[in-house]
Amino acid sequence: MSGTESPRGGSVAAGSASGRGAQGPQSEMARAAIAAGTLPRRWGALYVAEHRTRSMAAYKGTIIATGIGNPVVYLFALGVGLATLVDANVGGAGATVSYLTFVAPALLASAAVTIATEEFSYPILGAFKWNPTFFAINASPISPRQIVDGQMLSVLVRMVPSCIVYFLFMLVFGAVPSPIGWLSILAAVATGMAVGAVLMSYVSTLQTDSGQIALLMRFGLTPMFLFSGTFFPLAQLPAYLQWIGWISPLWHGTELGRVFSYGAPEPIWLTVAHVLYLAAWFVFGWLASRRVTARRLNK
Amino acid sequence: MPAPVIVASDLTKKYKDFAAVDGISFEVAPGESFGLLGPNGAGKSTTMRMVGAVSTRTSGDLRILDLDPNDYGPEIRSQLGVVPQADNLDVELKARDNLVVYGRYFGLPRKVVQQRADELMAFAQLEDKVKAKVDDLSGGMKRRLTIARALINDPRILLLDEPTTGLDPQARHILWDRLFRLKEQGTTLVLTTHYMDEAEQLCDRLVVVDKGSIMAEGSPAALIRQYSSREVLEVRFGSDRNEQVAEQLAGIGERVEVLPDRILVYSEDGEAELNHITELGLHPLTSLVRRSSLEDVFLRLTGRSLIE
Ligand SMILES: Nc1ncnc2c1ncn2[C@@H]1O[C@H](COP(=O)(O)OP(=O)(O)OP(=O)(O)O)[C@@H](O)[C@H]1O
Ligand SMILES: [Mg+2]
Repeated sequence: MSGTESPRGGSVAAGSASGRGAQGPQSEMARAAIAAGTLPRRWGALYVAEHRTRSMAAYKGTIIATGIGNPVVYLFALGVGLATLVDANVGGAGATVSYLTFVAPALLASAAVTIATEEFSYPILGAFKWNPTFFAINASPISPRQIVDGQMLSVLVRMVPSCIVYFLFMLVFGAVPSPIGWLSILAAVATGMAVGAVLMSYVSTLQTDSGQIALLMRFGLTPMFLFSGTFFPLAQLPAYLQWIGWISPLWHGTELGRVFSYGAPEPIWLTVAHVLYLAAWFVFGWLASRRVTARRLNK
Repeated sequence: MPAPVIVASDLTKKYKDFAAVDGISFEVAPGESFGLLGPNGAGKSTTMRMVGAVSTRTSGDLRILDLDPNDYGPEIRSQLGVVPQADNLDVELKARDNLVVYGRYFGLPRKVVQQRADELMAFAQLEDKVKAKVDDLSGGMKRRLTIARALINDPRILLLDEPTTGLDPQARHILWDRLFRLKEQGTTLVLTTHYMDEAEQLCDRLVVVDKGSIMAEGSPAALIRQYSSREVLEVRFGSDRNEQVAEQLAGIGERVEVLPDRILVYSEDGEAELNHITELGLHPLTSLVRRSSLEDVFLRLTGRSLIE
């Protein structure tokens, strides 16, 4: 993940103080520096992730409590409570599954997105502003790209176990009929990272927080939860609102999860489209975050 | 002379059209203690960021440890210890954990980092704050912790941007003592300051920077010899009279400088000049003879006081 930061092929120290030729080793101090730079160049992103997860440990109580509390509360309230009121015939064309089975993969994906919105919003702005750790890290051999990559890895360290726990509760509640249901964990993580990467690239551009993040949560993320086919199929929305679902990564991630968890019927091209759409969001957000971060740290 | 560890030639940094650093050239020898002295906005921090390989130069040439920071940023940074102007410790971690986490960024094994962290907590006299939250440390303690963090990789070059700003005199002296020790061990120090006494104490050689340009270069003593007289007589006649009295002082001393609150008379013998002034029938409210300092050098070079 670390990658090479800059073109290095042609940069032999011509005219160095030691006066050695282009082929020979550079001065002792240059060689010492190059040797010392090897490990950080290779593993820098992991070091960053190590640091970030250490910071997360400060609120590990919250992480564990939400990681367990969320699935219990939502699966119970929606799957067991609300299900008694809702028509069971919601699984999509031709499939009849319980409301719990229908809603569970959506809740799983939503949980991943929630973690992403927590970890890729204020903590990122904070690392530039209030607790400017990114600037501190940047003064070490670590590159801005590695800072971004390490941040991504550290969120995975929280998101993947949380999703696994969520999935285990889904199993306990009997909400996963398909044998390949566990793949919905991957769908959820992909959704979380797709949203998170784009969110990070945006938050990294903010100079101060004058309410933009809160605004984005209220008018971007909350509607996304409501219009992404989470609680009812997108087809039940009026046609003029359905486009919200189509552009929403959460809808794609949710539908993908449903394919895995109960074999929701849909054309194969659509399944492929879900994967590609999520990948596109992630790659865009990831590369944009790297660019924005590099620019911001290079003052 | 051994090959320099830092070579800057015509180094320039522009923000849009504004040149924060405007074509400066200097070299730093290994083991040397080199200072950038200048007022607010002179371009000291900007220079330090370029030397620290985190800020790309607009033009000119820069080599750190014989490497170009444009090509070898991580490699150069692996050899540096950086104390930025504003502390950027991780306040979410405990004091000692800041050192441990930071050491890992240099690819150091966990064991080595743990051991160095203990040594450096002692070096910074923070042994009893090992488990303290960063937020609970005093300003001086945070500064010492930042310096300790900068030493976790046993750097060849230590970059200190105003290391003692905001510290009380006692804390400053502790810091100076620590920096002396590092210097004795052969660490190259590059520091910025706008305290003359600090520059005189710590720097073998310094450049006086103003508005992105170097005004003068030399050891503190040489600069004082070159740009000032041995002694300075400071006389005060009250802020409303200084200007007017100054006219009558023409010809006294080598040079007369009028500040809003006092008049400075540069001379080899301050007492003698004071006698001349009283012979003229002028009676200052207060008078003081002192040795010339870098402050006087700066005043001479820029026509402005270093600390406004
Ligand atoms: N990121 C930036 N964008 C635009 N201008 C900048 C930036 N950083 C510094 N400057 C400008 O460059 C000039 C030099 O700033 P710098 O911080 O290097 O000064 P300094 O000598 O360190 O001053 P101080 O003693 O106040 O720390 C200032 O005029 C400052 O406004
Ligand atoms: Mg500064």
